[in-house]
Amino acid sequence: MGTKHTETALEHEHATHHDHAHDHDEHHETFVSKYIFSMDHKMISRQFLITAIIMACVAMTMSMIFRFQLAWPGEKFAFVHAILGDKWAKDGILDPNMYLALVTIHGTLMVFMVLTGGLSGTFANLLIPYQIGARDMASGFLNMLSYWFFFVSSSIMLASCFIEDGPASGGWTIYPPLSALPEAMPGSKLGMTMWLISMALFIISSLLGGLNYIITVINLRTKGMKMTRMPLTCWAFLITAILGVLSFPVLFSCALLLIFDRSFGTSFYLSDIYIGGRPLDNVGGSPILFEHLFWFLGHPEVYIVLLPALGITSEVISTMSRKPIFGYRAMIGSMLAIGFLSFIVWGHHMYMTGMNPFLGSVFVFTTLLIAIPSAVKAFNYITTLWKGNIQFTPAMMFSIGLVSSFISGGVTGIILADSALDINVHDTYFVVAHFHIVMGLSAIFGMFAGVYHWFPKMFLRMMNKKLGFLHFWITFISAYGVFFPQHYLGLAGVPRRYYTNSNFPMFDNLVDINEICTIFAIIGGIGQLVFLFNFFYSIFRGEKAPQNPWNSNTLEWTTPVANIHGNWPGKLPVVHRWAYDYSKPGQEHDFVPQTVPLAEGEHDGGEH
Amino acid sequence: MKLLVLLAILLLIIAGHQLLRIIELSRGLKKTKDWELTNSDNNAMGKLMLTFMILFLLAFFWQTHRWIDRSLPGSASEHGLKIDWLWDVNMNYIVVPVFLVTNFILFFFAYKYRGNTNRKATFFPHSNTLEMIWTIVPAIALAFIIIFGLKYWNEIMADAEDPNKLTIELYAKQFDWTARYGGKDGKLGTTDFKQIGGTNQVGLDTNDVLGHDDITVKNEFHIPVGREIELLMRSRDVIHSAYLPHFRAQMNCVPGLITAFKFKPIKTTEDMRKDPYVIHMMAAINKQREKFGKDPVIFDYLLLCNKICGENHYNMQMNIVVESEKDYNAWMAKEQAKKTGKAAVASK
Ligand code: HEM
Ligand SMILES: [Cu+2]
Ligand SMILES: [Cu+2]
Repeated sequence: MGTKHTETALEHEHATHHDHAHDHDEHHETFVSKYIFSMDHKMISRQFLITAIIMACVAMTMSMIFRFQLAWPGEKFAFVHAILGDKWAKDGILDPNMYLALVTIHGTLMVFMVLTGGLSGTFANLLIPYQIGARDMASGFLNMLSYWFFFVSSSIMLASCFIEDGPASGGWTIYPPLSALPEAMPGSKLGMTMWLISMALFIISSLLGGLNYIITVINLRTKGMKMTRMPLTCWAFLITAILGVLSFPVLFSCALLLIFDRSFGTSFYLSDIYIGGRPLDNVGGSPILFEHLFWFLGHPEVYIVLLPALGITSEVISTMSRKPIFGYRAMIGSMLAIGFLSFIVWGHHMYMTGMNPFLGSVFVFTTLLIAIPSAVKAFNYITTLWKGNIQFTPAMMFSIGLVSSFISGGVTGIILADSALDINVHDTYFVVAHFHIVMGLSAIFGMFAGVYHWFPKMFLRMMNKKLGFLHFWITFISAYGVFFPQHYLGLAGVPRRYYTNSNFPMFDNLVDINEICTIFAIIGGIGQLVFLFNFFYSIFRGEKAPQNPWNSNTLEWTTPVANIHGNWPGKLPVVHRWAYDYSKPGQEHDFVPQTVPLAEGEHDGGEH
Repeated sequence: MKLLVLLAILLLIIAGHQLLRIIELSRGLKKTKDWELTNSDNNAMGKLMLTFMILFLLAFFWQTHRWIDRSLPGSASEHGLKIDWLWDVNMNYIVVPVFLVTNFILFFFAYKYRGNTNRKATFFPHSNTLEMIWTIVPAIALAFIIIFGLKYWNEIMADAEDPNKLTIELYAKQFDWTARYGGKDGKLGTTDFKQIGGTNQVGLDTNDVLGHDDITVKNEFHIPVGREIELLMRSRDVIHSAYLPHFRAQMNCVPGLITAFKFKPIKTTEDMRKDPYVIHMMAAINKQREKFGKDPVIFDYLLLCNKICGENHYNMQMNIVVESEKDYNAWMAKEQAKKTGKAAVASK
């Protein structure tokens, strides 16, 4: 105990020392240093958010184009022609190669740019220093680099859509040899090279960000902010960052070997191939090696996407139910368990690859284990609502939406994890439904929840609640409307990544299901305009935010309503209790901020 | 025309702007802020949560009712029956009940405990008993799933050891399939991808005599009912996946590797065409085809490609005919005659 105290005292001293430095800084701040090459965590967070929103709009437009194709294959659409031109959509009919390209870039942008870079980048940056009571990230400079690598990476990914042969189109999982051989498809020419460069830069960005988050959480907590008092958001960002730091380097090597195979004639992933009218020299490599390396990142990646969203909703659900989060320690424990287990389940993506079936058995076991902590989290959320006093802010509604989609998508994971059952649905629309609901929807809902909840801290103004309600209901209903019916397509055996299902008579009576999906996609897409309007309008014209609009306990709401360097004008706040004393008996208000000292004989909630 | 569109957009923007001005001006008059929740907001949203839950669960039943008979027909292979059984048990006793009950509780709580300024929430930070329950109950359910799942998985993936088995190679390339049979000796010849070319499209190693009598077919291949079929898979260029949904069979075809999947068909193509479920399904399909102006079809087993492999991934298919041993032998004899016929022509 003793050592801990001196540690935090030291940090405190260190931080106040920082304080003086900042006073000097403020005099020479230019437009460039404030808005562009900013090292302030709040500005970087906003940069991440805006970039992610743009990426999400692009990715969503792409999905709209291929959803039209799936519902009405072979029909002509003027808007498709207007976007893609003669080359990729002659007369408004989508080209099959472009279809694959759109699916690929849609997936890549959503998974990496929006839900990894965007989600962690925005909220880890905003909330870690705010909620642990730090002046800024451990390294503002690395943090700035992290954003700019992300920006360049996103730009390259976008730019690849405008080149002659089109962007990468082997699916977001870019399995070689398809992605390795330019003869295999046009997207495996320059487009794939750009994809790999973009991804390499993205990984650098993610590592810089991740290391920073870890170091900041470990070292810069303010006095009294023990790990067991830390809000679950910060726990989630910490575990996410650890997952990222451990798994992204593996993706980097995975991509590097692919670059070697593509450009320097090595044979890591290639063997016995005859393509373009000639046998290739490559022998001895194995595409299965790629799949192992890819999914060693790939599975942790899905939790990298999900955990921040779960962290955000933990905070929002507790605050808006006016109740402590149920089972705080169990929540931390299950996140740690999920984090650990997520490294030993990757093989469940590979049951049908020709991998040794015994290895498959091991992954069945580990994968089903991970369902246990996931279930604990879901039940704890539900119990937090029980006997609450639920305040339906848009953020709260999205959080409830997340719990619903997390459950609805998670239960089908139990089926997929069972290798014997996976045989017949692997790579079908059943999987598409599973991962969109459990990962896509949950993470996006978490992101929306975060935006609505912390908008007052980011932009010092409030978003309109009525537009928020409207946005939630459109989004929630249409999201389920798009993805739930896809389970039934999977049961009928429809494979993923088919340009059209009309070449198989056995799929002919599924057109109405595809139409329903597309119609909901259109409604959902239009619904996002409500959000965009509310977001940008509120940035400039929203009502001025009060200091603590949601009567919340965490430290960010003790900062003044202003974006100042160092976050707190005077001394750093000192923490006396956990973050979840909502509706605590014997208290005057239904919330007790973390800065309020414990009364005589009062127990701190975090330790029981 | 374009000008008109532009003008319309401009007008819309101006109208929108004016509307916003009015809203902003009226904001000053109202007492409540446009972000602060009122009791009536909470009340309305809570009730909407309940409404949503009811509609959502109804939609689930509606979809299942309407679409479940578009699912694949019952398994046409022996091991597939076990998969179907396990699937049903999992779905009906675990997945669907958990989905229904938890979603019900979630939205019901959201409705029941909707906020009100007169209420106070109950301080209930944790309970070891409850947390134990929802760690242990899922663990037990999962144990069941794991035990059965692994038992079947090991049976399904075991090597084909039936002495009477029929081994067929499925050879995938962009963008079609070739099936290869062992010919008279029943043994497949070895292969060498460097020898691909001319008539040797599957890359037979011409030095291996076992391969000289091999039979290759495209578009359609036949298998006898009731006999264990061992599929060996190869790929020429990129990864493909041989997906035989009616037989609950799937395996990737990986360049540089030979992968395998075994199954025993239990229903001939004719049996399937007479199956009431299939008849019903085909009727629905043909009704839809009529609307498209396409010809009616009859049921056929299919092999599909189920791993993204390029431009025509969506159209990489092959028919499978399951028939009696006798019919199969007759078909095989015909294919063999074709081959000797061709060879005779070539040697002339
Ligand atoms: C909790 C959050 C989860 C996320 C974010 C998630 C995400 C994903 C994603 C993205 C994929 C598809 C990847 C692709 O092929 O492109 C996937 C597939 C899969 N998921 Fe999940 N999943 C989650 C939960 C679960 C759970 C709880 C289980 C099992 C108990 C599970 C089992 C599986 C399996 C076995 C597959 C592979 C299916 C196949 O390809 O045939 N997932 N998941
Ligand atoms: Cu996974
Ligand atoms: Cu293929």
